[in-house]
Amino acid sequence: MMICLGIEGTAHTFGVGVVNQSGKILANCWRTYVPEEGGIHPREAVQFHARCAGEVIEEAMRMAGISPSDIDLVSFSQGPGLGPVLRTAATAARALAVWLNVPIVGVNHCVAHVEIGRLTGRAEDPVTGYVSGGNTQIIAFSSGRYRIFGETLDIPLGNCLDVFARRIGLPHPGGPKVEELAKRGTRYLRLPYAVKGMDMSFSGILSEAIRLVEGGEAPEDVAYSLQETAFAAVVEVAERALAHTEKDEVMLTGGVAANRRLREMLRTMAGEHGAKFVVPPFELCQDNGAMIAWTGLLAYRSGWRQRLEETQVRQRWRTDEVEVTWR
Amino acid sequence: MEMIKKGAEADLYLAEFSSLLHPGRRGKVILKLRVSKKYRIQEIDNWLRRYRTSLEAKLMIDAKRAGVPTPTILEVDPDGAKIVMSFSEGEQLKNVLDRLPVRRRRLICRKIGRYIARLHLAGIVHGDLTTSNMILERSGRLVLIDFGLGCYDTSVEARGVDLHLLRRALESVHFKIAGEAYRLVVDEYRNTFGRGAGEIIRRAEEISKRGRYVAKEERAWR
Repeated sequence: MMICLGIEGTAHTFGVGVVNQSGKILANCWRTYVPEEGGIHPREAVQFHARCAGEVIEEAMRMAGISPSDIDLVSFSQGPGLGPVLRTAATAARALAVWLNVPIVGVNHCVAHVEIGRLTGRAEDPVTGYVSGGNTQIIAFSSGRYRIFGETLDIPLGNCLDVFARRIGLPHPGGPKVEELAKRGTRYLRLPYAVKGMDMSFSGILSEAIRLVEGGEAPEDVAYSLQETAFAAVVEVAERALAHTEKDEVMLTGGVAANRRLREMLRTMAGEHGAKFVVPPFELCQDNGAMIAWTGLLAYRSGWRQRLEETQVRQRWRTDEVEVTWR
Repeated sequence: MEMIKKGAEADLYLAEFSSLLHPGRRGKVILKLRVSKKYRIQEIDNWLRRYRTSLEAKLMIDAKRAGVPTPTILEVDPDGAKIVMSFSEGEQLKNVLDRLPVRRRRLICRKIGRYIARLHLAGIVHGDLTTSNMILERSGRLVLIDFGLGCYDTSVEARGVDLHLLRRALESVHFKIAGEAYRLVVDEYRNTFGRGAGEIIRRAEEISKRGRYVAKEERAWR
């Protein structure tokens, strides 16, 4: 049975996963770069990833109980993501593939999130809300591709929450802290609601929320209003995609999938349409190597082949550019 | 009252004029009702439904004023998130466009281009231009419906998206005639819009190529 080792590196997380061809996850290990202050610093992230790459790969093989010679395929996150970070993961993957003399396949990070969700979230063909610090997209499969029905026009939702947390003095990680704060909020303060056609925008909500806190409003109330407004936009676009595609499953993935309120809202919406709602296990919602390994296997087994010189990273590789040959 | 469409955002009902508005008048009307969503808090829900109801009614009235046939607004109730409008009896263009005599079809394509240009000149983008949202009445009048995703926007991007969406709708539903149909739409759009049309048409092309909405043929790993 074919075994694939997948390497994820698009932003904070350097992850390595080992998956076999029947979809069993043999290992899923990671290290996460945490900036001392502020947002992600690409050069520091790269140094962190380069330092821990060897150790995470070894750990994954140990956990999977395999030796290097058991690996039949190496896959890696070819994009989208931060250029220097992508190049680090790609370099590790190339080195490993050449040393083992096995094929290499670069996969799309966003598509991988959906695929691991389909594998482990018990969904066949869902409308997916992929909401993280780096991406916010509503995705559904249609005629050979994962189509983006709606996406953020400016900053990702996870980034909006993180920056808000930072600006009002909450420690890292910001998302969970904002969620805690929001639970104690009681008063809704009007924030700009931004659904434009099928797309979302969060930068206006963010600036207004910061302004409200600076103007003396209770941070609890602002956090509450921020979540309610931003999440409502995501759920509305997901609802439109669901109605349009007539699918009967809704999936939530990405780092912000940890947020209980967002889950609750999507579950309610799905229920109103008689659709099933699923969230994959959290370690497979956040960035991880297992999703890269699994998607690499799917792609390779459906005929994808790459020469080494075709493995340059693709920083802006869109979800809907990928021809999905395995479905 | 008979429900004729259950949308993601609103439900449409066909009702008797007499039962809804005035006992003395006969005929049918459409009731558009924006339904409350349990997933969002009431403050947001009420505000959104209220705002969008008045916006949609205003867009339709302004469109009509700009020379684009739209249903006549008979009543707007923002608090109840209700619009009552005239019922355009006819066929959805989606169901008849392919079967129309060639000459007639060409005239209709030109008419679509003219109407889109008039909307854009009035500062309106429709937001959901498909042949499902156009009604061909028996009189030959073409009526644009469903301004639920519309807004006031004069940017090249928004106008380009409008044209692009129509093209996509033509290609998916009327693929046999889509090429000619879109060419005629664009030609008449250019005539009516005048200066600046070229830039919008080029932007629509560029949006198509972004890969966002259409299938690109090349393989991802090439």
